[in-house]
Amino acid sequence: MMNRVEILKKSAINAVIGILLTFPITVIKVNTIDQEITWRWYMMGLVGAVVLIISFFWIRQQERQNSGSTFKFNESKLGLKYHSIMSKPGVTKSVLGSAVLLIVLIPFITTPYTTSIITSALIYIILGLGLNIVVGLGGLLNLGYAAFFGVGAYTYAILNMNFGVGFWLALPLGGIASALFGAIVGLPVLRLKGDYLAIVTLGFGEMTRIFTENSDKLTRGASGIANIPKPTFFGHAFGYFGSTRYIYLIAVALVIIIIFIVWRMENSRVGRSWVAMREDDIACESMGIDLTQSKMTLFIISSAIAGVAGVLFAAKNTFINPQSFTVWESIMILCIVVLGGKGSVRGVILGALILILLPEYLRAFQQYRMLIFGFLLIVMMVFRPGGIIQNVRKIYKIEGEPTNE
Amino acid sequence: MDVGYFLKLLLSGLTRGSIYALIALGYTMVYGIIKLINFAHGELYMLGAFTGLIVASLMSYSGINPVLSLIVATIIAIIYSSAYGVAIEKIAYKPLRKSQRLSALISAIGVSMFLQNFVLLFQTSDFLSFPNLIPTFKFLKPVENYLSSAQVLIYICTALFLIGFTILVKFTKTGKAMRATSQDSKMAQLLGISINKVISFTFLIGSAAAAIGGVLISSQVGQINFYIGFIVGIKAFVAAVLGGIGSLAGAVLGSFVLGLVESFGTGYISSNYEDLFAFVVLIVILTFKPAGLLGKSEKQKV
Repeated sequence: MMNRVEILKKSAINAVIGILLTFPITVIKVNTIDQEITWRWYMMGLVGAVVLIISFFWIRQQERQNSGSTFKFNESKLGLKYHSIMSKPGVTKSVLGSAVLLIVLIPFITTPYTTSIITSALIYIILGLGLNIVVGLGGLLNLGYAAFFGVGAYTYAILNMNFGVGFWLALPLGGIASALFGAIVGLPVLRLKGDYLAIVTLGFGEMTRIFTENSDKLTRGASGIANIPKPTFFGHAFGYFGSTRYIYLIAVALVIIIIFIVWRMENSRVGRSWVAMREDDIACESMGIDLTQSKMTLFIISSAIAGVAGVLFAAKNTFINPQSFTVWESIMILCIVVLGGKGSVRGVILGALILILLPEYLRAFQQYRMLIFGFLLIVMMVFRPGGIIQNVRKIYKIEGEPTNE
Repeated sequence: MDVGYFLKLLLSGLTRGSIYALIALGYTMVYGIIKLINFAHGELYMLGAFTGLIVASLMSYSGINPVLSLIVATIIAIIYSSAYGVAIEKIAYKPLRKSQRLSALISAIGVSMFLQNFVLLFQTSDFLSFPNLIPTFKFLKPVENYLSSAQVLIYICTALFLIGFTILVKFTKTGKAMRATSQDSKMAQLLGISINKVISFTFLIGSAAAAIGGVLISSQVGQINFYIGFIVGIKAFVAAVLGGIGSLAGAVLGSFVLGLVESFGTGYISSNYEDLFAFVVLIVILTFKPAGLLGKSEKQKV
């Protein structure tokens, strides 16, 4: 194990390398129109300092992990206290109850702006939960998830524009359309594994976006569809404030329903077959599980969830265009799942709240958002591949002490 | 049918193919050795183009001979891209060599995001124009409607690189070590090959090729921004898959096929769908011949 001075020395070397490596991009800025060059020498100091700090913690963490002395929440003092409180009878219920109460009250005690942002976070929670089924439970990587989201949003927008279909009818229809799209994409795709699947889903996602951008008649191309109506309550339309609150409550309800569905699926026969498939597909197949069928259900259910989220998104924003459904949107949803914890519902919720709310409230940090997310993805994969809240596999214990009788 | 138009599309398809080939080689080599889709490979091409642009502008604004500027810019771009390639491998892939492949892929996506936004933040989100440094070849005068000097330069550089690269892989000791590692890395290690060095070297060569491609194509197209690497990277990957991933000859063949498909597709069908053809090719090839044109299908052992 290295001591601090050694780590600091190594980090200093890394800082120098970092300065050299980033020199042309960070220091020299070229204005090709006026043919002027700006030298930003202060960048060298900045880059050096940032690399030094990151490198110090990086190496220290690596050393700790190698020697096995990492921080474990469940064994720490705070963790033990948390578990002792939570295990008291009735505590879980009352915590959950007050949480639900707080969530329902949010739109009535905060500004519409806050409500609207939290609604976006809720939409991302739905998307995260949907993608989590594929990535977390099934172990398949779908990089075109935003396309399914887009199919849902466009289903509502197009049906409304042409036939005046309302939100409540569009909600299931969006889900169904997206599920159908998932089935069509799934047919050729699901024979593939791992990396290939990732790239092909990315390809399908981009193809969908290109078609949407170019079919002017159906989707109004790149300019998008505006004036999508907000949801009504049995024919009663709300004003601006009312509808913001109303959409928020719909989003909360949908999140709860989807959490329930996911939770039931996870522990069902189908859900367990997904996990088995993730762990070892050959063993899984030899146990009599039809891989194609189980992958197909996985894909369709996750697409349907994205479709529902899409309808909600279209209703909330009242305007959609293809730019909302690019690869980077898919990757953003993937970040939520990976950061929060693959396969864990609580993790996904936490991930969406962090990634959507934090940049909204830290404006200065907004510009660096994607840079930091990219870095976070690497850090998570290197140090904590399971995410912040790691999914714990269910362990079946046999009740009762073994007896010697 | 217009023969001139056909010829023009053919030649521009070959140009695209050359650039894809330079990038696809990096993909296929890395995949051959550590079985990882280096999602960030396209970004190395973008970084090469940016470094080249910065150096070339610096030199040409101070009135240095354009040919010399181009050569120096290319060399510096190669050095920087290779350094980035090796650094990325050390930071983001090496710690993940023993973990799931999904983790490495996600890490690669992270690298790609990071590098794009790094250039976006420290440079600009606008298109920058690349100084016009390629000399006009006099002997091309009669065919200048079909073939530009830049295209000829791209063909020549790609050909030279491919020849040099083939010699490196086939006839040198390093090449032998690379081939051995890709066949069986454990056995190679037992025979005294330093796997880490081989992997670093692979990243270095791949990134260098991407940088050459980046500088050449940007000086032909004339403008670049931070996003150019992503889509080209994906297309080069498609080319590598088309040829059979892991096979070097396949990567080159796949690149030219894809370049021609795209060129004729945009020329005869519609230029709105320029980026679509690559994905269609990818889906068709993976559905009907997943091993690619020249790849060997791997038998799965239980």
